[in-house]
Amino acid sequence: MKQMGKLAWALWFGYAFLYVPIALLIFYSFNESRLVTVWGGFSTKWYAELLQNDQLLGAAWLSLKVAAMSATASVVLGTVAGLALARFGRFRGRTLFGGMITAPLVMPEVITGLSLLLLFVALEQAIGWPDGRGMTTITIAHTTFTMAYVAVIIQSRLVSLDESLEEAAMDLGARPAKVFFVITLPIIAPAIVSGWLLAFTLSLDDVVVASFVSGPGSTTLPMVIFSSVKFGISPQINALATLMMVVVATGIFIASLVMARQERQRKRDEQMAVQGG
Amino acid sequence: MIDLLRRIGLWGRGVVVAIPYLWLLLFFLVPFLIVFGISLSEAMLAQPPYAPLIDWLVDEDAGTTKLQILLNLSNYLRLGGDDLYILAYLNSVKIALVTTVCCLLLGYPMAYAIARAEPAKRGPLMMLVILPFWTSFLIRIYAWIGILKANGVVDNLLQWTGLTTEPFELLYSDWAVYIGMTYCYLPFMVLPLYATLEKLDPTLLEAAADLGCRPWKAFLTVTLPLSLPGIIAGSLLVFIPSVGEFVTPELLGGPDTLMIGRVLWNEFFANRDWPVASAVAIALLLFLVVPIMVFQHVQGRQTEAGR
Repeated sequence: MKQMGKLAWALWFGYAFLYVPIALLIFYSFNESRLVTVWGGFSTKWYAELLQNDQLLGAAWLSLKVAAMSATASVVLGTVAGLALARFGRFRGRTLFGGMITAPLVMPEVITGLSLLLLFVALEQAIGWPDGRGMTTITIAHTTFTMAYVAVIIQSRLVSLDESLEEAAMDLGARPAKVFFVITLPIIAPAIVSGWLLAFTLSLDDVVVASFVSGPGSTTLPMVIFSSVKFGISPQINALATLMMVVVATGIFIASLVMARQERQRKRDEQMAVQGG
Repeated sequence: MIDLLRRIGLWGRGVVVAIPYLWLLLFFLVPFLIVFGISLSEAMLAQPPYAPLIDWLVDEDAGTTKLQILLNLSNYLRLGGDDLYILAYLNSVKIALVTTVCCLLLGYPMAYAIARAEPAKRGPLMMLVILPFWTSFLIRIYAWIGILKANGVVDNLLQWTGLTTEPFELLYSDWAVYIGMTYCYLPFMVLPLYATLEKLDPTLLEAAADLGCRPWKAFLTVTLPLSLPGIIAGSLLVFIPSVGEFVTPELLGGPDTLMIGRVLWNEFFANRDWPVASAVAIALLLFLVVPIMVFQHVQGRQTEAGR
């Protein structure tokens, strides 16, 4: 452990790098002064102002709706895709499928955004759908790039799991659909929860893709933040950022508590099963 | 009978796979073909603002229809002929490379320290790395504006310690872009590095030490080569999206911080030149095809290794 000295310093430096900006952001959201970096006393007035900003609240509501819908859709599609990659062995077109799953993870957002917009325009010309751009197109776009993350999470969870439980159920005569809903789904439930949360956050965070595929009247929260940040910083954005972080932190905290409890329960069940046998 | 059941089972599987498969074909693969098509089109004042590639020409007199396909390469010639685009590509690669190296230099010791920590502590330490990733990317970039601007935190600190007396601004420079991008992509580097370093057998290092190998040499000859898959995966995970990055250079960079993502954005939104924007995207994609394929190969091997 002696050589840990320098390493520990590197680790703490890394943590400081990651957390000091966030801490400063939260700190200055309680600043009385309009000048964001000059301390003018404690105040919560920016939070009060925030709650009266209708444009911001409308955009936040739209973003939450889009994030919830696209996260749900991408969990369904991503779970199926992850299952296919981890359990179905070789099937026709697997290479292309695997490629289409991993490529969105690294694809620059400007390319994804542009290509989806051009698709929507071409579709509208050809079949009249989608009629204009707005919430639907943003949701479809977000589903497409977040399902890749969900699929990878589900796939790696399934790969690390023993297939024998599913095989045993099959041997006992359970149909594949039943095996999935009774055996596989409960086992990968934690991965599904984290996949949903990740998809939700990614959707709530996206400014580039949404800018391409949104239409007039459908401005998401990141788009509002982005345009106001371009004109400089404002304490209101600090307050908004703080609120968003509190919401995300609470969500993750609750999810990890629930998952830890389930994990303990599962371990207990397994132990009981072993002892009983 | 069993054969029939098997057949039904396989058929069911096919239907199940078909849903995400078709979704990705329609919303991921087909769009690229359309981008490619429109990159060969001509900009036009119309709605949408490009000339149709394929047109049916109806000749009323002769009573015939002719299929006309117009392809023009002028958009690509423009990319190759204008210094702006070439400089933007080169500069994007430079910024992405610097970001990747910074993430590696900062992330490797972190991942190594976490992997060498007591097993019970590893989970929480790793959680601390991932946690900022859950907060908004935009807001993390925004946080740096307040730190780097003139009269910001860094400036005030420097003036207070007396290192500078003039207002000192890091914001709106390439340096700010490096800091911001390293900040945002760091977790992507630490995650795969930690995954390989954690699996590393510590007895290998003990064996090296027993045989009289100095710690740094053991690191160079044992640890580093064995963690190479993690280094490659992490670097690609940072490098590829960095090349096309838009938000960070737009918010932290100066007007002369030229990056291809910004060029594409301006062609599309400011100039409304969709065909040129498409050509920029295709050229970027062609450049990234090799790194993306290497990434898929490494990613595939890592998931296989999880078995």
